[in-house]
Amino acid sequence: MTENVTGLEHQRLDGTYGETEDFVTFIIDGQLFGIPVLKVQDVLSAHRITRIPMAPPEIAGSLNLRGRIVTALDVRCRVGLPPLGDRNESMSIVVEHEGELYSLLVDTVGEVLALSEANFERNPPTLDPRFAAYSLGIYRLDEQLLVVLDVQSLLDYSNSQAA
Amino acid sequence: MDELLSEFLTETNESLGVLDVELIKLEQNPNDPELLSNIFRLMHTIKGTCGFLGLPRLESVAHSGENVLGKIREGELEATSEAISLVLECLDRIREILSVLEETEAEPEGDDTTLIQNLDALAEGGAAPADGAADEAQDETPEEVADETPDEIAAEADADAGDAPCEAEPVAEEEPEAEVEPEPAVAASAPPAESTPVEVKAETSGAGKAPSKAGEDAPRESSVANQSIRVNVDVLENLMTMVSELVLTRNQLLQILRTQRESEFAAPLQQLNHVVSELQDGVMQTRMQPIGNAWAKLPRIIRDLSHELGKKIDLVMKGADTELDRQVLDMIKDPLTHMVRNSADHGLEMPDERSKAGKAETGTVTLNAYHEGGHIIIEITDDGRGLAIDKIKAKVIANGLAPESELESMTDQQIQQFIFKPGFSTATEVTAVSGRGVGMDVVRTNIEKIGGTIELTSAEGKGSRFVIKIPLTLAIVSALIVECGGERFAIPQISVVELVRASGNSEHTIERISDTPVLRLRNRLLPLVNLRDLLNLDTPIIENLPVEAPAQSDKPAAAEAEAAEAEAAESEAADAATVEAATVEAAAVETTATEPAAAEETNVAKESGSDGFIVVAKVGTYSFGIIVDRVFDTEEIVVKPVAPILRDISLFSGNTILGDGSVVMILDPNGIAAATGEIGMGEGASDAESEAKASSSDERVAMLIFRSGDQAPKAVPLALVARLEEVNRSDVENSNGQSVVQYRGQLMPLVPMKANQEMGTEGRQPVLVFSDRERSMGLMVDEIVDIVEAHLNIELSDERSGFLGSAVIADKATDIIDAGYFLTQAFNDWFGSEQKAQAGGKSDRLLLVDDSSFFRNLLSPLLKVAGYDVVSVEGAQEALELCAAGEDFDVIISDIEMPGMNGFDFAEAVKGQSRWQETPIVALSSHTSPQDMEKGRTVGFKDYVAKFDRDGLLNTIQQTLSELRGAA
Repeated sequence: MTENVTGLEHQRLDGTYGETEDFVTFIIDGQLFGIPVLKVQDVLSAHRITRIPMAPPEIAGSLNLRGRIVTALDVRCRVGLPPLGDRNESMSIVVEHEGELYSLLVDTVGEVLALSEANFERNPPTLDPRFAAYSLGIYRLDEQLLVVLDVQSLLDYSNSQAA
Repeated sequence: MDELLSEFLTETNESLGVLDVELIKLEQNPNDPELLSNIFRLMHTIKGTCGFLGLPRLESVAHSGENVLGKIREGELEATSEAISLVLECLDRIREILSVLEETEAEPEGDDTTLIQNLDALAEGGAAPADGAADEAQDETPEEVADETPDEIAAEADADAGDAPCEAEPVAEEEPEAEVEPEPAVAASAPPAESTPVEVKAETSGAGKAPSKAGEDAPRESSVANQSIRVNVDVLENLMTMVSELVLTRNQLLQILRTQRESEFAAPLQQLNHVVSELQDGVMQTRMQPIGNAWAKLPRIIRDLSHELGKKIDLVMKGADTELDRQVLDMIKDPLTHMVRNSADHGLEMPDERSKAGKAETGTVTLNAYHEGGHIIIEITDDGRGLAIDKIKAKVIANGLAPESELESMTDQQIQQFIFKPGFSTATEVTAVSGRGVGMDVVRTNIEKIGGTIELTSAEGKGSRFVIKIPLTLAIVSALIVECGGERFAIPQISVVELVRASGNSEHTIERISDTPVLRLRNRLLPLVNLRDLLNLDTPIIENLPVEAPAQSDKPAAAEAEAAEAEAAESEAADAATVEAATVEAAAVETTATEPAAAEETNVAKESGSDGFIVVAKVGTYSFGIIVDRVFDTEEIVVKPVAPILRDISLFSGNTILGDGSVVMILDPNGIAAATGEIGMGEGASDAESEAKASSSDERVAMLIFRSGDQAPKAVPLALVARLEEVNRSDVENSNGQSVVQYRGQLMPLVPMKANQEMGTEGRQPVLVFSDRERSMGLMVDEIVDIVEAHLNIELSDERSGFLGSAVIADKATDIIDAGYFLTQAFNDWFGSEQKAQAGGKSDRLLLVDDSSFFRNLLSPLLKVAGYDVVSVEGAQEALELCAAGEDFDVIISDIEMPGMNGFDFAEAVKGQSRWQETPIVALSSHTSPQDMEKGRTVGFKDYVAKFDRDGLLNTIQQTLSELRGAA
């Protein structure tokens, strides 16, 4: 996950001097997302996933990460997109939530970017509600927009009914 | 937190625990000097350390407590239960302060003057006249001499003598010499920690003897202390996790080894295997604790209870040194406490009630723990009043847990099970002691959570007994690995009874009653659950193809295990497949013929599936089979909880990582049983079922549900059905205008449900076979649906021939068919004539007395078919009216349980009057306990027949009649 530092340099040249935060970026259905790097435990490439019968459709299954059992969650499903074609082949980002590890299956994992707070904006009120539910806000990048994924609400099943 | 303080907290809490126990013992043995000095020493240490750490409030409370103990020890005060109560109260106060101290690291504000005053008053008031006490002190000393040095004896004797006349406080000042002497001895032998309180002690006050005591006990204690060290639990937990991982890695290595014919790693791996096993045992050992730790609080609770409630209670604890895993221990601590409290509060009666009932005034609650086959059994027994069935019934109805009608037909055992239901509490008034909103349901849930079971037996007036069975440890369990739909699952070995291989040509075949699979196993029908259906594994899984594809491709090839192995080894998903191949080797030897079918089944449909492995599981008393595709071997697994997202899937109890590194879900047999609906009634249903199966001792009747003609389900008591068959329609022949089929070397008439029912000429025809001695008759139906246990309440009686009426079965209105009617359809011509000949023109007259219209309707046609002239009445009263009306019968058949006059009374009434005096009476009962039999005989029943035992009934009648004739 530290393979790419160029993005970081790139953003520094942007001319902003405010606080920056590092994000692991990934793409789902063409949209760029980010998760603060400090929340990320691991980035996995294709992994063998054990399917869990009866589980909600977005639960891809569970996998073994160095002796710990990690629950794999298909982010596409969770945000209301059609599921991944092959969940075993997809890359995933491992995050910890309330003491449990979750692996978020995404289309592709991108580079780590240092983003300046100056470029941060709240969700536009018109944002697709499916995205808005799991978005903490938007970063304006040069060429595109980055949605900050709200891991908390993504994995919090207690107050939202699983689809 | 300050390390010193945290040490103090741990130590003091431990001491308080010991004090609790010892004080209770003291109360029972007020004259045990050793006990007393131990108590005193502990209290003294607490006080001393408090002073040292600068905790004035604690110190003053402890001080007053110690004073009282000092007086008791010196014999100036008797260890009455009031005194003990007060000291216990003092301990509680110390505990309270400690708990705040733990949170805030500072002593809370508070006023202890009342308590201190009480304690002081007790200490003072108890002061006995000087010489008496001194004498006693002298008497006491010799007993203590044994392990004391002469110096100490001197000091002690002095101190005691000196103490006696005055109150505690001044003593120390008056007798400085007494203390000076033992001091050096203390300094020499006691560890530093101990010497501190001793110094403090000397400065403050108290009975002069304490230092010498500390000095005396310290060396003994330190030698014990040297044998053990305190380790943080987290360290152990961590160690345990690491060992678990090591075990898994070892398993992985062993599995790799298994696929290699010869390997230079074999020997070292074997060695590693042994070492790891021993390491595992060793680490497990560190987690083991005697169950007595969970019991430590109980004597105190019982004591408080007996005071509060005014009951005399004896608590007997056996097997306190039985060891079990700390984690398990923690989990059962609260349920146990609750149950003991329950037994004492609800179970035991007040002393006067007990003596009235002819029992000893003191009630006993017994706790017994022991090992049994990898499990810990804990029994909690009381000799109290037992569970009051009537009260439970009333409560069940009041709380709407079950309708009255259902209760009527339940056994006492089943009714007792209701106490485990949520929303149930038998205590009519909520006492301070129990009824805190925690019911037995919580107890049961907690015990089941750790894979344990709880059973209850209770006899009204005699007491109750709970038996808890829990696994030794939760960390590592042995599990059977099975495969279904390309996925592997673990089933905890504890609930697996046996494995059955079912295939078309083996002894065991899976038979289908419509879609419901069942298995005949040792003359019982075992309900089966198809794991594939249960888990919806039919849906194709695109994602898992890499794993599944090789697995499936080697299934047909499994005809030769070696071939499969080779193929699998080459396949890309090497690790997954090799495991399978390795195990296929074991399974395939016998499986060869059926594997291809199983493979097809995976993809096509479930229809082909008469083959498969059946894991026979047992939950409580309910046995059922789980159909899986394949069975691998057993593995030691480390149970890990599932992610919170998945917690609501009750079919899984956890997940684990197998030797090959893959994650598998652990199936929860409780959850599966619940999902099949069979166990919906909890223990009650399972009991009912097994009982019904064993001897039909209950009015819950197993009904076979089928369809024929219209969509309305039809049902017939399973007991009447001899077999379920499917005949080839092409085999059906026509003889004398009737459809017949050759069946077991005889012609069996086939009767359609409807007179002009169309029957195809192809395919298979489901048939219910009814048998009567040599004769069989087949009832053709469209579809056999299910077997359900149901209460039979025939609600609508039916005018249609062939039907008895309708009842609600499995929530649906169901027509109950009249088996007798169809029997006559099949046999009307030859059957009747034969009987007539036998009966010599005049049929024997039978009187059938039964309150249940169902049984009347069921039995009278049967008896009629058998050639008897049957009159059936609803109750004893009607029967006696018939008698009065001058009717005569050859045999009377009577139910036992009837509203109004029951069978016993009826028999007595019959025997009591002259007309029917000679008529033999046969009892018809669902309850045939030996006592009942005995009772029945004495009141004049000739014989006993179980309600569903049709052949037995016919035989008995025949026999009775022939005896009658012989006698006549």
